[in-house]
Amino acid sequence: MSRTVIKVENLYKQYRLGQVSTGTLAHDINRWWHQMRGLEDPYEKITTLNNRTDGDESEYVWALQNINFEVKQGEVLGIIGKNGAGKSTLLKLLSKVTSPTKGSIKVNGRVASLLEVGTGFHKELTGRENVFLNGAILGMTKVEINRKFDEIVAFSGIGKYIDTPVKRYSSGMYVRLAFAVAAHLDPEIMIIDEVLAVGDIEFQKKCLGKMKDVSEGGRTVLFVSHNMAAVKTLCTRAILMNNGTIFKEGDTSHLIDEYIHINNNFSENGIIARNAQRIHQTGEAFFEKVQVIDKANEPVSIMGFKSTVQILAEIHVEKEISDAIFAFSILNSNNDKIVFTEFPENSFKHIMLQPGRHRIKFVIPVQMNPGTYYISPNVMKSSGESIDYLENVYKFEVTKDATEGSHHYRWNISHGNVYGSAQNLSIDKIS
Amino acid sequence: MKEEDKWTEVITPRRGLFDIKLEELWRYRDLIAIFIKRDFVAIYKQTVLGPLWLFLQPIFTSLVFFFVFTKVARLPTDGIPPILFYMSGITMWTYFSDCFVKTSNVFVSNAHIFGKVYFPRLATPLSIVMSNLLKLLIQLTLLLIFMIGFYSSGKLSVYPNWTLVLLPFLICLMALLGLGMGIIFSSLTTKYRDLAFLIQFGIQLLMYSTPVIYPLSSTGGKLRTALTLNPLTGILETFRYSLFGQGVFDPMLLLYCLGFTFVTLFFGIIIFNQVDRSFMDTV
Ligand SMILES: Nc1ncnc2c1ncn2[C@@H]1O[C@H](COP(=O)(O)OP(=O)(O)O)[C@@H](O)[C@H]1O
Ligand SMILES: [Mg+2]
Repeated sequence: MSRTVIKVENLYKQYRLGQVSTGTLAHDINRWWHQMRGLEDPYEKITTLNNRTDGDESEYVWALQNINFEVKQGEVLGIIGKNGAGKSTLLKLLSKVTSPTKGSIKVNGRVASLLEVGTGFHKELTGRENVFLNGAILGMTKVEINRKFDEIVAFSGIGKYIDTPVKRYSSGMYVRLAFAVAAHLDPEIMIIDEVLAVGDIEFQKKCLGKMKDVSEGGRTVLFVSHNMAAVKTLCTRAILMNNGTIFKEGDTSHLIDEYIHINNNFSENGIIARNAQRIHQTGEAFFEKVQVIDKANEPVSIMGFKSTVQILAEIHVEKEISDAIFAFSILNSNNDKIVFTEFPENSFKHIMLQPGRHRIKFVIPVQMNPGTYYISPNVMKSSGESIDYLENVYKFEVTKDATEGSHHYRWNISHGNVYGSAQNLSIDKIS
Repeated sequence: MKEEDKWTEVITPRRGLFDIKLEELWRYRDLIAIFIKRDFVAIYKQTVLGPLWLFLQPIFTSLVFFFVFTKVARLPTDGIPPILFYMSGITMWTYFSDCFVKTSNVFVSNAHIFGKVYFPRLATPLSIVMSNLLKLLIQLTLLLIFMIGFYSSGKLSVYPNWTLVLLPFLICLMALLGLGMGIIFSSLTTKYRDLAFLIQFGIQLLMYSTPVIYPLSSTGGKLRTALTLNPLTGILETFRYSLFGQGVFDPMLLLYCLGFTFVTLFFGIIIFNQVDRSFMDTV
């Protein structure tokens, strides 16, 4: 039996919403002056605007309530849940960035947390200088960094740019170097929050591999991610959080199903509210509608075997975007992305979006096998940063019966998600 | 083995008023060293003139003061050549004001780091004080060069004396006082972001109530009593006395300054620790 390295007991965290003060001395003095003369508070309007939209009057919010769990040495614990479920708050408490309101966390071993890659990177300094700076911020000593320096540079693939100021780095290089530093910390417990949301696929694989090595070396990893595939392959156990509590705890793949079940971001008509949960957004554009439509342009939620998928999306652009790239994924009920479409396909072309509302319509030329599917829309900049990225906004079902023709799905088990019609098929008798 | 024996760390809500964890700060000494280097390198990589600015700054300011206060306002300088008088004052004063202004903003300007990773927060203001120390030493060397220049041209007839051994002590006092006042204000700037402007203004006022551009000996009566309440007065006067043998050397003033510094620092650290707990939740 391996020993317990983290023990969380009755943990609560309360945040205060809105500030009592207006945040500037001038405003507070002005407010006080108004009060002295019996006038109404000149900043009242601002504070009411800041109140939460759901009519919740309370000034406090419990980000975590009554959290109890234990982690054993060598475990890779996945923490999943919707945005706002409290995952980041939990990791912040574990890494001492903020302190709990009630309860306790007992830890055995050195903790290194990676709440965001590149924390403390300084633009003016070179890659080399930043490795030392970032390493020290993360708790390494100079001797340790010196020892691992070559390994870090090799892992990052930065090569000769190591002595160039990081302000000249592309965002990809920046992330790679930052992750390389963090990946070479030698903690007994490693805490990771959504770092894999950035960087290219190649590098993400490398990171996942590194994390696997870390855990196989007997160290413990706590891992928050929206990347269910990564959670599934890496984590030995998972915690599903919902509304600041632990909803369920246990086997990873089981919890992922559960997560998709409660992650009902989708609405029947595909209308996306401004306050819908987003995986990432910059505020420059918002998807307002994503639907699967039929030939008559009507939204459909049930369609026949072998249907092709036609998508209608509406996006509201707040600020001109000169280099937009759209990406749509179809996910199955395991949250696996099974179909992916992006446009423009030429990586040197981008779409220019003027402020205003845009309608996008396209067909994904695949045929679907029976099952339940979800659409996940994403609009990105050419750098890869998501401008608006949502998960599972539209749900649709493909039945065993064909919409047209008579080729029905004749099996009782699933043979995969995408149906590929054999094209240009010829069967010739040759002897 | 008892359960509670085996934990390396227990995180709970309460953190005592005096729970400062100096040994942890010591563990992070490499971080402090790297912060110092970062501050220094980053500042001088940015400006076109680079490290040259370090030397030009006190020289230019002294020249301006010389024209304004000596030529125009005809303020006395205790028989010390005006350029040296101002340069010595500015060098010491700049150190204090840099320490104070920069540490007073430490939460706001480091919020992005503090919100993401844990390390003893005091490392940041400490590194600020020390990276400025480097600047001070360079500028003190410059002052020395000027003094030698004045001696060799026979324009200087006042000499350093034994009180020069107090210099490290004076510098420490300045550093700790700047640090203490800075971290007290750092808690206020978390609440009022516009306080930074007020601090810029306040520091100017404080300079004029410190014998930087005039000697304490040129004042008298109530004004002089008021000036001696300023803990910086003792430091500046002693510094000039040790360099030039002119000015007021009063051990009582230094003792007062010492007491003032420790009280400020003590409260500063307590407030800093408390703010550290609550501030991170508002960013
Ligand atoms: N600094 C803060 N001040 C006020 N509320 C916060 C703060 N940080 C998080 N919250 C709230 O706490 C809840 C949990 O947030 P978080 O831990 O970031 O969720 P997750 O990482 O699972 O998306 C949310 O309702 C969020 O609005
Ligand atoms: Mg989060």
